[in-house]
Amino acid sequence: MESFALLLAATLNAGTVLAFAALGLLINERAGIVNLGAEGMMLVAAVAGYATAVHTGSDWIAFAGGAAAGALLAAAFGVLVIWLNTNQYATGLALSLFGAGFSAFVGIRYTQEKLTERPRFEVPYLSDIPFIGPALFKQHPMVYIAIALTVALAWFLYRSRAGLVLRSIGESPESAHALGYPVRRIRLMAVMVGGALCGVSGAYISVVYTPLWVEGMVAGKGWIALALTTFATWRPARVLLGAYLFGGVTMLQFHLQGEGVQIPSQFLTMMPYLATIVVLVLISRNATFIRVNMPASIGKPFFPGS
Amino acid sequence: MLKLEARPDASKTMSVMSPVIALAITVVIGTILFMMLGKDPVRGLYVFFVEPLKSVYALTELAVKATPLILIALGLAVCFRSNVWNIGAEGQFIVGGIAAAGVAMTADKETGRWIVALVLLAGVFGGMAWAGIVAFLRDRFNANEILVSLMLVYVADQFLGYMVYGPWKDPAGFNFPQTITFLKSTNVPKLFTGFRVNIGLIIALLAVAAFWVLLFRTYAGFQLQVGGLAPAAARYAGFSSRRALWTALLLSGGMAGLAGALEVAGPLGQLTPYVPAGYGFAAIIVAYVGRLHPVGIVFSGVLMSMFYIGGELAQSRLGLPKSLTGVFQGLLLFTLLACDTLIHYRIRWQAARPAPKTTSIVASANTATTGKGA
Repeated sequence: MESFALLLAATLNAGTVLAFAALGLLINERAGIVNLGAEGMMLVAAVAGYATAVHTGSDWIAFAGGAAAGALLAAAFGVLVIWLNTNQYATGLALSLFGAGFSAFVGIRYTQEKLTERPRFEVPYLSDIPFIGPALFKQHPMVYIAIALTVALAWFLYRSRAGLVLRSIGESPESAHALGYPVRRIRLMAVMVGGALCGVSGAYISVVYTPLWVEGMVAGKGWIALALTTFATWRPARVLLGAYLFGGVTMLQFHLQGEGVQIPSQFLTMMPYLATIVVLVLISRNATFIRVNMPASIGKPFFPGS
Repeated sequence: MLKLEARPDASKTMSVMSPVIALAITVVIGTILFMMLGKDPVRGLYVFFVEPLKSVYALTELAVKATPLILIALGLAVCFRSNVWNIGAEGQFIVGGIAAAGVAMTADKETGRWIVALVLLAGVFGGMAWAGIVAFLRDRFNANEILVSLMLVYVADQFLGYMVYGPWKDPAGFNFPQTITFLKSTNVPKLFTGFRVNIGLIIALLAVAAFWVLLFRTYAGFQLQVGGLAPAAARYAGFSSRRALWTALLLSGGMAGLAGALEVAGPLGQLTPYVPAGYGFAAIIVAYVGRLHPVGIVFSGVLMSMFYIGGELAQSRLGLPKSLTGVFQGLLLFTLLACDTLIHYRIRWQAARPAPKTTSIVASANTATTGKGA
């Protein structure tokens, strides 16, 4: 029972990493842009966040640093795909490759640095409840912020005018343009907000989740987050649920290793990646279902004729 | 205000010039980077662009690294031309290497040189099988090939780890995670004694010719490209998009697997956790910088190989991290994609505010006439 509570706590923690990134990518894709650079942005943000945390000692400034790094890279990506009409897949891939190299290059002097122990955050009273208290209410504040962000994003997309405009751009940029909305500027904003959230996720990995900096430490979480948006059929609440599910799979693997299960550790490490494939297969099987739910302009360039 | 204006036809000049401009921009950024790091930029550029060409030995090393890049990029070019996004060549490379190692380790003292052919063939089939999973899941279940192929890279990497830490670990290897050193008879024949470059280079050059013929002189290649450029037209013509998917993935998987086999049975001579050297990802850049054209890929493959060697030299000579290679590779692809805009558009200077109506008509008439004249 005790170990189950620990597993639950770890699942929420791991899910938070994926949730921030996947919610960011959801915003992108709702505006019709796929950013395959998520992995690269998260890596650079992980270094930026870690360096900020080492120098300032504040997690919050570190998250801001990670967000800024993510937004900056996303802006470069955005200008290329939105104004120069470059291929979204290729450009995102370029960003991922660049981010992997750049983060390794910049981060090399932080591989030896260590962060000081952080005081644990506890929700007063609630954390004293036996069993679920420690599991649910002794988490990093970002875990709760991720949940709040999901609710806020759902409200924004479905209950606010700005969200309606964003979704309409994702469905038909031509119509939104004809109605007089600055499609390209809004798309850039969406891309940058998405990048910032991927950045927060990256910084959370290096500052809270692991916490240290190692080359390539994001280990495919950016790609898994990309798969999550499809899995969630582009809905915020399902993204959060999916993030916890994948967080659970990741943590189960460590849990099983800890329990001394007689499976080679490499096969356990494969689990999240295999789970991603399985989930993609299950959800994509019904092509019509995906097509109905997918923002219609996703991945397609929009060039307003002058 | 700068404005993009669509060209009536794609510019052939720009298509060739774009990689050159991109390289120039990358070099400029590199120079700035060297200066910011307090290194002499001339020395930095020398290490990247002159040193790898200085001696016969350096040139052969350049070929050693260019070989896998060219082989993989050829396959990827077919993929990207047919709009199939296989970005998991790294995984196909690893599985090709594992399969090749499996065959190489069956050799004993009596085995003849013919086994090299089997080793390479195993690599091809290994890579094909790994890419075949992607094709199957895309074809049967509509699963996104970008994500599936990439996830399989991580799976392949772990599988390699399992083999070298587990069943295939050399019992006399002091517990290092590596297989036995393969017998001499299984090694890919070298071209010259004393140099690491082997017949892989010849295979790569033959493959360049073969892919050129496939893409530009066969009906199958034509079908693949139409499917990529105009899916609707391809459907109307009755070209099977499913066949294109399978062909592109099996072909690129096979090439990546072959590259993996050549690497494992060539310069490495055994299986270690360090088989994946990022060639599968770098080859994506090679394919794009080479304009998805077999001949262009030879040039870009050599260029990217220079980046690899330059990175190693920068580490030993300038004390810079080896990951500088990745920075430059990423930058090159990024700038290339930006420069490629100039193939279909030209940059025009335009007044920021729209001019009064009468002049705007004159202005548009002017651009129309110049547009025709150009």
